Amino acid sequence: MDHLDQLEAQSIYIFREAFARLKKIALLWSLGKDSNVMIWLARKAFFGRMPFPALHVDTGKKFPEMYRFRDHYGKEWELDLRVEPCPPIDAVDPTLPPAARSAARKTEGLKMALAKFGFDGLIAGIRRDEEATRAKERVFSPRGLEGNWDVRDQPPEFWDHFNASPPQGAHLRIHPILHWTEADIWAYTKRENIPIIPLYLSQNGKRYRSLGDQDITNPVNSTASTIDEILIELERTKVPERAGRALDHETEDAFERLRVAGYL
Amino acid sequence: MNMIVTSATRATLNGTTSMPNGTTRPQVRIVIVGHVDHGKSTLVGRLLHETGSLPEGKLEMLKAVSARRGMPFEWSFLLDALQTERDQGITIDTTQIRFRTNSRDIVLIDAPGHAEFLRNMITGASQADGAVLIIDALEGVRDQTRRHGYLLHLLGVKQVAIVVNKMDRVDFSADRFKEISDEISAHLKSLGVTPTAVIPISARDGDGVAERTDRIGWYKGPTVVEALDRLEPARPLEALALRLPVQAIYKFDDRRIVAGRIESGSLKAGEEIVIMPAGKIAKIKTVESWPVTPVASRQGAGRSVGITLDRELFVERGDIIAHAGTAPRETRRLRARIFWLHDKPLAKGDQLLVRCGPKESRATVVAIEKAVDPGELESSENKAIGRNHVGEIDVSLSNPIATDPYTENPRTGRLVIEISGRIAGGGLVLSVDAGQRAVPVDIVPVESALRPDERSARYQHNGAVVWLTGLPASGKSTLAKALERRLFTIGGSPILLDGDTLRAGLNSDLGFSAADRSENIRRLAEVATHLARNGHIAIVAAVSPAREDRATARRIADTTFREIYVATPAEVCESRDPKGHYAKARSGALQSFTGIGNDYQPPQGAELTIDTSTRSVADATDAIEQMLKASGVLFDEAVDLAANI
Repeated sequence: MDHLDQLEAQSIYIFREAFARLKKIALLWSLGKDSNVMIWLARKAFFGRMPFPALHVDTGKKFPEMYRFRDHYGKEWELDLRVEPCPPIDAVDPTLPPAARSAARKTEGLKMALAKFGFDGLIAGIRRDEEATRAKERVFSPRGLEGNWDVRDQPPEFWDHFNASPPQGAHLRIHPILHWTEADIWAYTKRENIPIIPLYLSQNGKRYRSLGDQDITNPVNSTASTIDEILIELERTKVPERAGRALDHETEDAFERLRVAGYL
Repeated sequence: MNMIVTSATRATLNGTTSMPNGTTRPQVRIVIVGHVDHGKSTLVGRLLHETGSLPEGKLEMLKAVSARRGMPFEWSFLLDALQTERDQGITIDTTQIRFRTNSRDIVLIDAPGHAEFLRNMITGASQADGAVLIIDALEGVRDQTRRHGYLLHLLGVKQVAIVVNKMDRVDFSADRFKEISDEISAHLKSLGVTPTAVIPISARDGDGVAERTDRIGWYKGPTVVEALDRLEPARPLEALALRLPVQAIYKFDDRRIVAGRIESGSLKAGEEIVIMPAGKIAKIKTVESWPVTPVASRQGAGRSVGITLDRELFVERGDIIAHAGTAPRETRRLRARIFWLHDKPLAKGDQLLVRCGPKESRATVVAIEKAVDPGELESSENKAIGRNHVGEIDVSLSNPIATDPYTENPRTGRLVIEISGRIAGGGLVLSVDAGQRAVPVDIVPVESALRPDERSARYQHNGAVVWLTGLPASGKSTLAKALERRLFTIGGSPILLDGDTLRAGLNSDLGFSAADRSENIRRLAEVATHLARNGHIAIVAAVSPAREDRATARRIADTTFREIYVATPAEVCESRDPKGHYAKARSGALQSFTGIGNDYQPPQGAELTIDTSTRSVADATDAIEQMLKASGVLFDEAVDLAANI
């Protein structure tokens, strides 16, 4: 087994545990490279079909390419796609800095979708290498009744034994690709021939490394116009993946506050 | 301000590049552990810096964060990403970070040293191939250092490099270094762990991390980076026996796919397998996959697979698929060495949930053999295992579990313990046949609301266990049914306990080994005795070939026991053969069948002996009725009463 085989096998194991041990789960599909890999892995885990819904919590502010991608592959992959809107900006904590406040709409939208469908597990495509608070995540991460994450009281998790009993009314976040890196995602996307949104590839000297809402996501300087070139670029760059995500950089703890409150 | 740790996998120290994401390089996972404030986070920050793994702008950001707090430059802010951690100056939770040495991709797991967060240290360390144990040169070996050493040993982490940090605070004294080196080496050796290196360093200044500086000129061993470069990736598990714990059975289309991850060994379509603990045999029809299926190649340890079987068998989550001959043992008793993370100490009689892979079973702690604070390494009272302590326990399981001692299989030989849906501890399976000690839970049997004489007055008999023993096809079941009918007709309360019937349910977890046969008889006797004590006549029809087992049954049922030896000659039994067992056994298709071998031990003191080849069923039933009257089970009046109706 090579490195990608190992990552794949571990993710499949996590998917199957989540499906076996929770009652009602959904996969959060943000349309980006990570959640596309997740859907692919889910189809591997369940032999061609994803036996739970894909949930797109829609801020309404994604790029047109992303909506086109969703509509096309939602059908082609035969997903049980649920698109849920987010509340307007006025409904969100006004003490947050602007970009974080904008992003927090998604947290609120997520809570509404949870309440509406009664999911006890949400599969999310976060990775440890993306960001330092995510590095501290569990694979099965309990969330409080308000969707909040108590970093001081995370349950022990070892030897691939996960805590899968959320308290009544609360839910679990399941992270099947927590152990992957950005480069792993691209190498696997290439190996498996998983479709991607063209915004990730360089045009006029710029490309997106991470896709979020249009108003708070910026492209980075890059000439990488193929996945092979992206892999070479990642090998050499020292620019962090989320450098183009404004919300991470407003204050020292802006992102941590968001995550504790329930952001992905 | 952005607190991102590196996502950039970068060129190695000597400038050569390799394949993106290091697919051609061995990956080693190491955990850094040690007492709080002994300098773990500082060492990690220094390692990232020295191996060129820090992202752009990170150093400047750390300087700014330190300056804003009015502190000297602090490496640990790199990993202590959480605001709480930076404010309190401690690492709360484990984190992971990647960097490269000359020949390895390292996944570095930073684990908190604070006693409060031991569960996080274990969460981190359980995933590691190797460990770095850090010790402050001034403070020396502390309780927490020893505790971490013990836990590494318990988690099975064999490669441990010792780093003696803050050598600058002891003037780089070679004597002080030797003192600490000797103490920790002795401690680890007592646990069976040999340190791969003991390295003097100053993480803050960089001495001994990537380079040997003049200040530690007397030290000739490897630097920290060199020591990491020598760690070996996890041992391949493919060489061990096949273990495929079943995660789920999927039936999304016409295929019935058994899904799970191969923990050890390998499998291939066409191979014969056994499903434990039931012991059912099948062949692997196909290995299914997606998008291309089926898969013809051999699949090894680590793969998440799906297989179909050549026959419809009941398989469920938690079963273990193995090759016949190398299957794991099934047991209802385990001895385990565990670490305990729950607030409430673990005590004898506690009810738990034990998970062994996907298999779970309710369990009771039968005994606490040992309870130790690994920080002090003094065996405390054997009453309870406190939080963050370790110990050895015997547990009794309500469902049989198929497992291996961890010395035979590190993957299946480990378990976790859950309380109220949350993992509370974990450990290694030491043995699967813990002593047959009674479960010492505070059992208070509940007495029946009825007195025995109230029941006897209604049934006109006393409770009894009528135990029919004899060769297969000797006529036990026929006699038992005739007796049941007879007693019922006269107003009594007979209940038939047929050995085969109970094997289909209550005893379906038992096989035909000598131990399982004994257990089968013990349970039959317990159930029968319970019925007898409640005034019924339990009629047991069971071959029960072992004299010792029947003696046990008599002990259990005590004065209510009546043994009937159905002494039909063996050749008559074989000529009857109603179930075809004799024919099968003769052809070799039925192993361990009582009758063909001479493992039936006839009773010596039976209350009655009946040969059904010379007596009719009605005649034999009369004889039994007479015996029951003569021995005070049936009342004479009962017969009169029946005659008068």
